[in-house]
Amino acid sequence: MSEIIRDQIDIALMVNGEPVEARVPAGQHLIDFLRLELGLTGAHASCEHGVCGACTIRVNGDAVRGCLMLAAQAEGAEVWTVEGLTDSGEIADLQEAFVARNALQCGFCTPGMLVAAQELLSRGGAPSREEIREHLSGNYCRCTGYEAIIDAVETVAGDRAGKGTA
Amino acid sequence: MTIQFGNPDRPNSYIGKTVPRPNAGRLVQGRGRFVDDVVLPRMTHVAFVRSPYAHARIGAIGFEAARRVKGVVRVFTGADLAAVCTPWVAVLAHLKGLKSPPQYPLAVERACWVGEPVAAVVATTRAAAEEAASLVEVEYEALPAVTDMMSALDEGTPVLHPDLGDNLAFRRVHEEGDVEDAFAKAHKVVSAEFSTARHTGVTLEPRSILVDFNPAEGQLTAWHATQAPHMMQTVFAKHLDLPESRVRVICGDVGGSYGIKVHVYPDEVAAAAIAKVMGRPVKFVADRLESFTTDIHARDHKIKARIAVDADGRILAMDVDDWTAIGAYSVYPRTSAIEGNQVVNLCGGPYDFANYRASTTVVFQNKTPTCQYRAVGHPIAVAITEGLVDMAAAELGLDPVEIRRRNMYADDAYPVTSPAKMRFEGLSHHASMDKLLALMDYDALRADQAEARARGVHRGIGIASFIELTNPSPFMYGIGGARISAQDGCTVRMDPDGSVVALSGVTEQGQGTEAMLAQVVAEGVGVSPDKVRVITGDTQVTPYGGGTWASRGAGIGGEAALQSARALRESILTVAAAMLQSDPEKLDIRAGAVVDSDTGEERLSLEELGRIVYFRGDTLPKGLPRELVQTRHFITSDYPFAFTNGVQASYLEVDVETGVVTLLKHWCVEDCGRIINPQLVDEQIRGGIVQGLGGALYEEIHYDEDGQLLNGSMADYLVPMAAEMPDMVVGHVETPTKESLLGAKGAGEAGTAGAPAAVMNAINDALRPLGACVTEMPFTPERILRALGAIEG
Repeated sequence: MSEIIRDQIDIALMVNGEPVEARVPAGQHLIDFLRLELGLTGAHASCEHGVCGACTIRVNGDAVRGCLMLAAQAEGAEVWTVEGLTDSGEIADLQEAFVARNALQCGFCTPGMLVAAQELLSRGGAPSREEIREHLSGNYCRCTGYEAIIDAVETVAGDRAGKGTA
Repeated sequence: MTIQFGNPDRPNSYIGKTVPRPNAGRLVQGRGRFVDDVVLPRMTHVAFVRSPYAHARIGAIGFEAARRVKGVVRVFTGADLAAVCTPWVAVLAHLKGLKSPPQYPLAVERACWVGEPVAAVVATTRAAAEEAASLVEVEYEALPAVTDMMSALDEGTPVLHPDLGDNLAFRRVHEEGDVEDAFAKAHKVVSAEFSTARHTGVTLEPRSILVDFNPAEGQLTAWHATQAPHMMQTVFAKHLDLPESRVRVICGDVGGSYGIKVHVYPDEVAAAAIAKVMGRPVKFVADRLESFTTDIHARDHKIKARIAVDADGRILAMDVDDWTAIGAYSVYPRTSAIEGNQVVNLCGGPYDFANYRASTTVVFQNKTPTCQYRAVGHPIAVAITEGLVDMAAAELGLDPVEIRRRNMYADDAYPVTSPAKMRFEGLSHHASMDKLLALMDYDALRADQAEARARGVHRGIGIASFIELTNPSPFMYGIGGARISAQDGCTVRMDPDGSVVALSGVTEQGQGTEAMLAQVVAEGVGVSPDKVRVITGDTQVTPYGGGTWASRGAGIGGEAALQSARALRESILTVAAAMLQSDPEKLDIRAGAVVDSDTGEERLSLEELGRIVYFRGDTLPKGLPRELVQTRHFITSDYPFAFTNGVQASYLEVDVETGVVTLLKHWCVEDCGRIINPQLVDEQIRGGIVQGLGGALYEEIHYDEDGQLLNGSMADYLVPMAAEMPDMVVGHVETPTKESLLGAKGAGEAGTAGAPAAVMNAINDALRPLGACVTEMPFTPERILRALGAIEG
């Protein structure tokens, strides 16, 4: 049969630091692959057209919408989800600040919110509240009203900047 | 023994303190367990074929192409499910005259709104179910659609449900005093028309349910993103002909509710019916378009109202004519007449006046059904009331604060009954206003506004006082015949290691219920909160209760938890007294140990007491009560509802060239009685405010005249995002309810109740020098520019 109408595609990628090989349906979104095939249910599917940010994950260093990318496009990619970022300890301070400030209520947006916030913080410096708000403006949270999230990210930015100069 | 709440140094003083939420750590690590995360053996997925017409007769349904999709297991029509699931009718006896037709899990014969489920396809994967559903061929015969609210009762308008006779679902008229006489004698009468847009909740987690049926046991188990597990247990049992004892509803993590997930949805009942037919697990998770077309909508009201004042600005009378269109069905079992009814109950709420007339007219139309959504009716009533009060103040040349001071119930006036016949046990309007003005530095803000105006910058300050209905008694639903529990219960037990488990009938939707319960139980027993494990959301495990709605978790569920914890404390001390040969009255439990109550000296750890009771009961006196499990229930009985009060303020800037509103800051002072966890209360207020701000500035479901929903995506239905939202200052006055030892009232809806009115008044304050006024929400740039006369038509 012709290669042109393949509906299954073989991919090899790194997910949370571990090699993964899989045969995926051509139309499967990366978020569904992570959730359904790998059991990584931290990131969530919600609006499924790139607006709400609940599916935000890290692909090759960038915060990416897992619902706007096909699993097949992740061939060779390095993917990190909240589970991997938790295990590595990379966002431990951010997670601690979110809990301390109650910067989450239902928690459905939180894994995506954390990946987006970490992308901003990893650039270094101490972003202003306005810059934090702007950077997180693609991540919808219906519960908190955002202020606690901004507070938590601002606190961590300050702490990290302080440690960096110490 | 009472608890010295006023003494922050008392032993075990966890009530009133910010303690961390036990479930937050799991959620930040992505270890939440939402319904879509649950996978069962032999699980199937159901996708629904939904009506593309607002109103249509359903003809033949062709499943041929759908059945050919690999993975499809079974298909269902409305008739198929009607054979195994009885229809429901959403009326309540105390809402006299309310009518609604029988509703089925899948439409039978007729579809009545765009998105109503018409057929179902079950497959082994969701992708296959969705693909197959798209291939189902339904023959529709389009029928005339009723889509305009104000002409729904006109003679020429088709009747949506012919068996009901007309399109009127419900009407209530309330009149107190002599309204016409008061208006005739008034110094000034101000009239206005208001409208609030159709909203929906936009929970980030879509509605989700996974149902399994085990025919061998006759047992139905539903993992359900719901606010009311016991109510759903009753609903599934009743309509699927199962004993209630054979239905278990499990509610794990829920990704946002706000009222959206407290209703009975046809597609969710269909999933349960299909599971029962197939004898295997069926999962349904709505996609975003399904959320927009089938999650309940709310707030679609048009109001004509007027207020009469004397020369001093005293309110003489209010007259409110409210209309709302609820879609094609009243929603089961809470009904869709409650929101309009609330508008009648709540208008004029903060004010001491005598003459009041209000009516609500609730009509059917071919749109998504509306029902209770966070702060039910409050944002509408507060906008009407506070809008009129501000307009009257402007007419009289009074400051908005001053006219409110002249009319709010005095803080020592309670108990008092309002002209809407609402009974207030104790409110604090004046103290709250004082606190608000201090927090916002009102005079300095007015000076800033004047300075800005001199520069041609149009800033406005808006104030909105409000009351909020919380801690409902059976007067809300139970007296109308609905099996919705106003009572709630808590079971508290001490395990051998001295730790405590609390099982509660109220549920966690992210608001912090489990943290609140943990600290109440910790204080009640005398252990630290980390020694308390809270279990909610499982009908097979927890005491029967109502769940989360009408701001009842802390006030009702918290009191049940406190009472059960105090009872357990007594049981523990009875055993301890026998072991220590002491008097229980001379002992106390502090930080997980039995102590001498006078000296605080530790006598016995709870771990040691647990070891003796569970493993060496032989060493205790025969017949000594040793029940380390206690259950208590709580229901309010002195008042139908515990009203709270508060006041909000908005400071904003209107760009008169573009019509864009920029929110500068927002304040709220709220009196929810005893505060159990200050941080959780503040964050409920903030989240609520932003939900209200969405309604004020962005949120509006649009339909065309044929009943097609035009903005069913998150790109087209705007919700508040981080960049546009202001920082919010939250303050409190505490007037505990005397109905309970805990004294807590609800806090979850106050933010949403007052925010839209505060924004409306602030915009109009900014625009007043330009002669413009807006009363139609949301206040989009277009509406503001039209009010300014900058664009026409």
